[in-house]
Amino acid sequence: MVKTVASVGLPVDEVLKIRKNSIFPDREDCGKRISIVTGIHGDELEGQYVCYELIHRINQAKEYLTGTVDVYPAMNPLGIDSITRGIPAFDLDMNRIFPGTKDGAMTEYLASEIMNDLKGSDVCIDIHASNIYLTEIPQVRINELHREWLVPLAEKLNIDFIWIHSNATVLKSTLAFSLNSIGTPTLVVEMGVGMRITKSYCDQLVDGIFNLMKDMGIWRGPVKPVRKPMISAGSDDVAFLNATSAGIFVQEAVHGQYVRKGDLIGKICDPLEGIVRDKVLSPVDGILFTIREYPVVDEGSLIARILRRTEEKA
Amino acid sequence: MKKSVLFKINSLYRDNFRVTGYTFGSGEKALCVVGNMRGNEIQQIYTCSQLIQRLKKLEEEGRIREGREILVIPSCNPHSMNIGKRFWPTDNTDINRMFPGYDLGETTQRIAAGIFDVIKEYKNGIQLTSFYMPGVFLPHLRMMTTGFENTELAKKFGLPYVVLRNTRPYDTTTLNYNWQIWETNAFSLYTTSTDKIDRQSAKLGVQSILNFMAAEEMIDYKGPAGYQSEILDDRELVSARVRHSGIFECLVQVGQEVSKGERLARVLDPCDGEQKEEIDSPVDGIIFFAHDEPLTYENTAVFKIIKREPNH
Repeated sequence: MVKTVASVGLPVDEVLKIRKNSIFPDREDCGKRISIVTGIHGDELEGQYVCYELIHRINQAKEYLTGTVDVYPAMNPLGIDSITRGIPAFDLDMNRIFPGTKDGAMTEYLASEIMNDLKGSDVCIDIHASNIYLTEIPQVRINELHREWLVPLAEKLNIDFIWIHSNATVLKSTLAFSLNSIGTPTLVVEMGVGMRITKSYCDQLVDGIFNLMKDMGIWRGPVKPVRKPMISAGSDDVAFLNATSAGIFVQEAVHGQYVRKGDLIGKICDPLEGIVRDKVLSPVDGILFTIREYPVVDEGSLIARILRRTEEKA
Repeated sequence: MKKSVLFKINSLYRDNFRVTGYTFGSGEKALCVVGNMRGNEIQQIYTCSQLIQRLKKLEEEGRIREGREILVIPSCNPHSMNIGKRFWPTDNTDINRMFPGYDLGETTQRIAAGIFDVIKEYKNGIQLTSFYMPGVFLPHLRMMTTGFENTELAKKFGLPYVVLRNTRPYDTTTLNYNWQIWETNAFSLYTTSTDKIDRQSAKLGVQSILNFMAAEEMIDYKGPAGYQSEILDDRELVSARVRHSGIFECLVQVGQEVSKGERLARVLDPCDGEQKEEIDSPVDGIIFFAHDEPLTYENTAVFKIIKREPNH
């Protein structure tokens, strides 16, 4: 059942609507509720396929559904339909306005209505797709404040990696932090790359969502076995590689693979002079979980992130 | 005056990115003034340029006090301004959300770190900044209540109003906040406009900076008498909001005194011109902020009003 969660009139003959599809079991008891959220950033599209595939698979075997699945494919509909990351016309990152206020400006009002609708979900999954610059292996990012609560849920999602990150003040205005703060457990998934759909990652996550639903008692059907994710141990566990000069980045190492200290991750080339400006080498042994996708780099642009691991552990 | 490059990063094909400073006098690092950090802050770079003109003249006349150094950075972001983008050209990040910066981090973190490394030593810091919503302001000084704010010092600018506001999570990465944490007396100076030049309020902004410098014994100068500043809490400003989206017809100007019930604006249907709404003043007061875009969205705070008792 498609419902409108929030709507506002735009100046010229258009209404902005944020919609969800609520899928209920074929029985009176609606059971527990899982909410799947995506499209806060209009250029992150991996979640679009996840939403489609999830609803499609449920509808194929609806008799197994014993709880409620709420799917919100487009938190930022103007952004998705106009290929804009933020909220168009406001030049605003939608994931920095939560929890919002009912009496606030249009964007804050929308944030507040979204919060009200998601509040009370037994689990919420907020699916992101990095950005247009970086590709990520399927992972869940968890604020260290919510570690004990959320890691057991994330482990069921069939992802490759759980990144426990520090509690940056600025992240307090995200949807996930705001929901977690009011007791609605929310997992942030990052996978793939902006403006693209990586079908294999999406299928992997959908398998994981069914596994989590089964664990929650929302799904009685068969599920596939899930992989055991690597978990970061602390802030020093992740090495960041930034460009030391501007240029065109050309990848050499394989994304998601094990690299050794000193291995070549890629080259930053100067097409005008035909020279290599910088060889990007791994500073540690570990898993290359983030890699630069967009070739043009400034000095400082993020090139890669590596999770420190010995070969045996990896 | 000494002109020097404070921070530089090399580009791929564009000219290299440079942050240039203009230094007057030498000795104690008394004051740093920062202009545009976003590419649309034209009024902010213009105000800095006019300040530099005044300081050059004062320096020629020997009126910069001995042992006082003043640094003016008109533009922290020429690359965005030159291509008409508000934020950083390649990744759309905001330099004013990157302080205190990180010299091994991403590009805008490095820029913030490079700038902050130079300017954190100054005793006083003024950032000419812009509001996140489109509109015009009465010129004022804005301070965050971090526990380090000094309102008595703020009054020395002689601007009509000093506005205090509580910090929010995103403030912790702004220049103003980090200046205060590093024990610089930090002020955000708002003149009337952002992406258009308003000469009169730029002049008032420059005048207020000179007033402050004179009061703090950085320059020998006596200009026209300033205002006795009124300290306002941001939460005391009364908002007037529109209920509908549409064409916004503003009927008043910032600085104008209005009475409760007085018509401030109308919202029209953009297609057929039918009036959708009239916005009347909820209080007696003075228009402090007014929306200045031709279109408005539902629930936008189009006015902020300083409330006045009828017999004030």
